[in-house]
Amino acid sequence: MKKLNLLTLFLLLLPLSLFARIESHQFDNPDQEALYLRLTKELRCLVCQNQNLADSNADLAKDLREKAYEMVKSGKSHDEITDYMIARYGDFVLYRPPVNTSTYLLWIGPFVFLLLALFALFYFIRRKSSSGDAPTAEQLKSARKYLDN
Amino acid sequence: MNRYLLPLAGFIILVGFLAAGLKLDPKEIPSPLIDQPAPIFSVPTLFDAAQLIGTEQLKGQAWLLNVWASWCVACRQEHPLLNELARQNLLPIVGLNYKDERDDAIEWLGELGNPYTIIAHDLKGDVGIDFGVYGVPESFLIDKNGQIRYKQIGPFSADDIQQTLLPLIKTLNEES
Repeated sequence: MKKLNLLTLFLLLLPLSLFARIESHQFDNPDQEALYLRLTKELRCLVCQNQNLADSNADLAKDLREKAYEMVKSGKSHDEITDYMIARYGDFVLYRPPVNTSTYLLWIGPFVFLLLALFALFYFIRRKSSSGDAPTAEQLKSARKYLDN
Repeated sequence: MNRYLLPLAGFIILVGFLAAGLKLDPKEIPSPLIDQPAPIFSVPTLFDAAQLIGTEQLKGQAWLLNVWASWCVACRQEHPLLNELARQNLLPIVGLNYKDERDDAIEWLGELGNPYTIIAHDLKGDVGIDFGVYGVPESFLIDKNGQIRYKQIGPFSADDIQQTLLPLIKTLNEES
């Protein structure tokens, strides 16, 4: 029975290893290879949106990796290749959103909220500490009595 | 009383944003190609590999580019609507058979009918990349000057065609 379970497990895992594959690319120099690796990390797979091109096994990601490889190989620069992708798929293809008018809120928003929170905190602390009337002479006297004992 | 108003206002604003967020479809990425010239391509047609079809041959008229494949399930769902649209004879419907085997594609059309005026065969998906295709089916409406005016991501519904596509086709056909 135990053996059968192991066999089942093995058979279940088998397809995974069949699908795993390594694309081997030849580059002219280490710079090109570094650029290719950087691009595949920075560019998003449009089909499985939370993966970059390097991680994704989707067909389109494979095609775009191939495209990036060809362009790197033909000596295109990082900006030329990302511009090529943006022209077709929009800013969304970049994992790191560019700073422009439509993303100001995205970039600045967290700092605005931090400032607001700090102001609110400051305001509440000041109000708390200044709340309540100053102690009367009577109260001071009784407090003194406790302290002296 | 006043001390509850501020959190309540904040809560209502938050709910507003979340409600709007629920209606957004993260799969629909706005195309940068809208109001840009359609990418130039020239590839063999599906039925005759010796004949080329591309942007050049389609100039001077409004046309619809529909990206499809025989392996695409949603295309099957959309197909009857395209057949219906083709019957109305409003504009050429150009198919872009995307990363598909010629025989499979022809068999698929034999089974479900062929709404296309002409079909471009994009075996390697290069034309698809130029058009920024990431989910089949997709459709592009292109005007007489070769500009992309509208992009549909995913299959058309009957409502999409009635409320969006048909009025746009009418406008484009009336433009000089």
